Amino acid sequence: MELSDFFTNYTLRTITLGTTVLGAICGMLGSFAVLRKQSLLGDAISHASLPGIALAFILTGVKDANLILIGALISGLIGTFWIKGIVRRTRLKSDTALGLILSLFFGFGMLLLTFIQKMPNANQAGLDKYLFGQAATLVEQDVWVMATVTGVSLIVLLLFWKELKLLLFDADYTKTLGFNTKFLDILITSFIVLAIVMGLQTVGVVLMSAMLLAPAAAARQWTNSLGTMIILASIFGAFSGVFGTAISASQDNLSTGPVIVLVAAGFVLISFVFSPSRGILFRELRFRQNRKELHLKKTLTFMYRIVKNHDDITHPHAIRILNNFQGFTKKTLTKLEEQELIKIAGNEWSMTHKGYDQASTMYNELGKSHD
Amino acid sequence: MKDQLPAIQIDDLTVAYDYKPVLWDIDLVVPEGVLMAIVGPNGAGKSTLIKSILGIIKPIAGSVKVFGKPYKKQVDKVAYVPQKGSVDWDFPTVALDVVMMGTYGSLGWIKRPGQKEKKASLEALEKVGMLEFKDRQISQLSGGQQQRIFLARALVQNASIYLMDEPFQGVDATTEKAIINILKELRKAGKTLIVVHHDLQTVPEYFDWVTFLNVKGIASGKVKDIFNDDNLTKTYGINYKVAVTQ
Amino acid sequence: MTSIQVEIQLIAALVAMACAIPGTFLVLRKMAMISDAISHSILPGIVLGFFITQDLNSPLLILLAALTGVITVVMVEFIQKTGLVKADTAIGLVFPALFSIGVILIAKNANDVHLDIDAVLLGELAFAPFDRLEVGGTDIGPKSLWVIGTILLISISLLILFFKELKLSTFDKGLAATLGFSPMILHYGLMTVSSVTIVGAFDAVGAVLVVALVIAPAATAYLLTNDLKKMLVLACLFGVFSAIAGYWMANLLDASIAGSMTTVLGILFFLVYLFAPQQGVFSVYFRERQQRKEVSLLVFLLHLQNHSDSKERHVNHLQDHINWQKVQARTVLDLAKRNNLIQISNQIASLTPKGEEFTQEALRYITTNKETAIEELKTKFFLFRG
Repeated sequence: MELSDFFTNYTLRTITLGTTVLGAICGMLGSFAVLRKQSLLGDAISHASLPGIALAFILTGVKDANLILIGALISGLIGTFWIKGIVRRTRLKSDTALGLILSLFFGFGMLLLTFIQKMPNANQAGLDKYLFGQAATLVEQDVWVMATVTGVSLIVLLLFWKELKLLLFDADYTKTLGFNTKFLDILITSFIVLAIVMGLQTVGVVLMSAMLLAPAAAARQWTNSLGTMIILASIFGAFSGVFGTAISASQDNLSTGPVIVLVAAGFVLISFVFSPSRGILFRELRFRQNRKELHLKKTLTFMYRIVKNHDDITHPHAIRILNNFQGFTKKTLTKLEEQELIKIAGNEWSMTHKGYDQASTMYNELGKSHD
Repeated sequence: MKDQLPAIQIDDLTVAYDYKPVLWDIDLVVPEGVLMAIVGPNGAGKSTLIKSILGIIKPIAGSVKVFGKPYKKQVDKVAYVPQKGSVDWDFPTVALDVVMMGTYGSLGWIKRPGQKEKKASLEALEKVGMLEFKDRQISQLSGGQQQRIFLARALVQNASIYLMDEPFQGVDATTEKAIINILKELRKAGKTLIVVHHDLQTVPEYFDWVTFLNVKGIASGKVKDIFNDDNLTKTYGINYKVAVTQ
Repeated sequence: MTSIQVEIQLIAALVAMACAIPGTFLVLRKMAMISDAISHSILPGIVLGFFITQDLNSPLLILLAALTGVITVVMVEFIQKTGLVKADTAIGLVFPALFSIGVILIAKNANDVHLDIDAVLLGELAFAPFDRLEVGGTDIGPKSLWVIGTILLISISLLILFFKELKLSTFDKGLAATLGFSPMILHYGLMTVSSVTIVGAFDAVGAVLVVALVIAPAATAYLLTNDLKKMLVLACLFGVFSAIAGYWMANLLDASIAGSMTTVLGILFFLVYLFAPQQGVFSVYFRERQQRKEVSLLVFLLHLQNHSDSKERHVNHLQDHINWQKVQARTVLDLAKRNNLIQISNQIASLTPKGEEFTQEALRYITTNKETAIEELKTKFFLFRG
């Protein structure tokens, strides 16, 4: 398949449009999941929707995408409420509750799926695609559904922007200002569940949660504004969708879910390492830079203490007396000489006037901060 | 009429977490215009008391009235400064944004803050000496600065009653001075301030009213009348002297 | 029952037991989701190992895959330490990425690898008995039986050897460290055992369902007992029961064995969740109702002790001032009267000497923050019997 097919082929265009929209809504709503510390809830919800998919098929006997979505939605919601029930009513902690519901619902779903496979109804094939996602099965109607949901959630987000932001940052305070936090909570949770269910056909039950988390986690690294973070997350999500679909469509036998997730993981990796303000790389560089400067400063003040007792401050001293001083290296000496703070002649050093002035200010400041 | 109503009136308030009692049959009247400290040992229910006044926690018995009406009807009259540790400071937002949140209550649902709200927020930032940090990401502020931001957020609410949960916890001496000056100024302007406080030494210097709390209400009144050994012993047990001379 | 059927049930039972042991500690240490992360992220390790060994039961493959599991834990902890994202997000990011690599590796090499996606998700328990281990030409049973048997034996021996340390570090990390048990070594030891077990079980039940075998028996047991030893035994029992019942259910429905095992575990958990004597939903509901009554009674008594003027002690005051519903007020009043804690004359309630003493005592307990205070009091004053 050629790249140009992408722009001429109607099916491909539909699919690409679908995954783009899906990626965008996942990034948008995923930001909320990440900031509410509900990252793993998405994983539980998506797994919990599997029995709903299977039951919808068994009960109706037809493979209608919308019916299956409703089944998934119902069983995902049951799973969510049961998790909350377990945490509230028993001594089990949320991690156990999540793992329980995730694996038990999924297991039951798999039981039903294998049961369906043995059913005489020849129509059964194709439910497998909900495990790892198959974007190729998207049709125009699916894209319309996705676009509508995205539009609605965008409007809701804009309408309640102020309230949702407040809730994310400080839920108790939100309550004291007179806002109904329960309503806001239900609002945002239902949209997250909706996004998950919509993504099942494309990304699949098993990996859907990553689609929600990864773009948001990547976006968080580049900005300190919630609005920008959500926009960036949508963009990362959309690109993951497009690239993932393109790559998996160009290969045989490759589900879209894993590819999209890997592209999104790539965004995360790049962001973790290369983000200028938070990234690991620049943080490490800054850390080293600070340490080096600290060494220089320490060495210079040490020299200052030796020098200040002499009448002639530029009087030379042996380098070896510095050896007792921790943190001193040859490199620090050359660095100091480069900055014309000291002079080196043979195995002796002497301080310049510039170095003396700088050191004395530093020394005095140090003294002050110790008071 | 309003002047005769107490700022806060609490009757027979009992609160329990998982049916383990934390506040017992509290009766408390806070007159308007006082600067009051709530003191008591750890686990005495000080934060819980504040949260029950604000309706964050539901009591199992008793009632709270703000200027004679339930809190729900008086939301706009009360400002809250939560404990600094209660929120995630890595949240993607800047100082000015947090202060603006104080205006959300009076705006109500859906309506967005405009120039007027922004101006008020900037003024509040200036009052707490944080104007130059208005665009700073909140995680890059020091503990004292974060506390000032929270105070500014409450100031913007322009309320009559201020409830503060340990505003001096983990702040530097300068911030503590700055905060107490603002509190005193607010009291002069006729506001009522209720502050959960830990440092017994500074109570007489900072406050004019005090409530002793240890699950039960021990005493409440003017500092010069009731801040004495007797009440301290009742609240903290025989070791109270250690707490004072620390 | 054919010998193949017996063998399948035996393997399933051993797998379930092997999973339940580390699972108990993961649940108690609030690290249950780590098992989810490990079970997904070992997939690339298994696929790579399979390329090398061409044998799913090879010890080398198991070690290689288990290593991927431990690396996952290290990676998650590294990301958590950078503070770039929250702890749970770190887990949620790492394992889908590694799992995706595994799935893609399988898909790209579908022709060379006899591993398919169904096997990844469901395991191949039904075929396990056909891969036999032969020593010197004699058949000594299915390979996977030996593999999981060895893993189980190792983890039981480690459990017995380090029981004290594990128990201590699970319930009191600080104390364990001061007593000289390195929490780090125990932590990574547990992670290694979990990884090896999950790899060993993966072959039988697949990536996601192994999580059910790790978490569900332990969680179910935790709702029934407080004793670590009993919890371990119960978890193993639930695991074995689900293995055998699940096998027959799968037989009946002609469906996946692993799926049936999980479903049985789900039903077990649901029943215990509802009916467990201490922790179950019903008993918690009734206990909370009882506690609400008790606390209300104490509130009322304390109120009487606190206030001497008759207005505050008037029976009707209960309703309007303490803000109680009529029914609740009536119940509390009755309860206090029945236990001889109060007397009522002219609609004014006052404490009896017994009530006086009880309230004093209750207050002392409550202000010293004793957990069991109320229970002790109840027995002391023969309360709530009437």
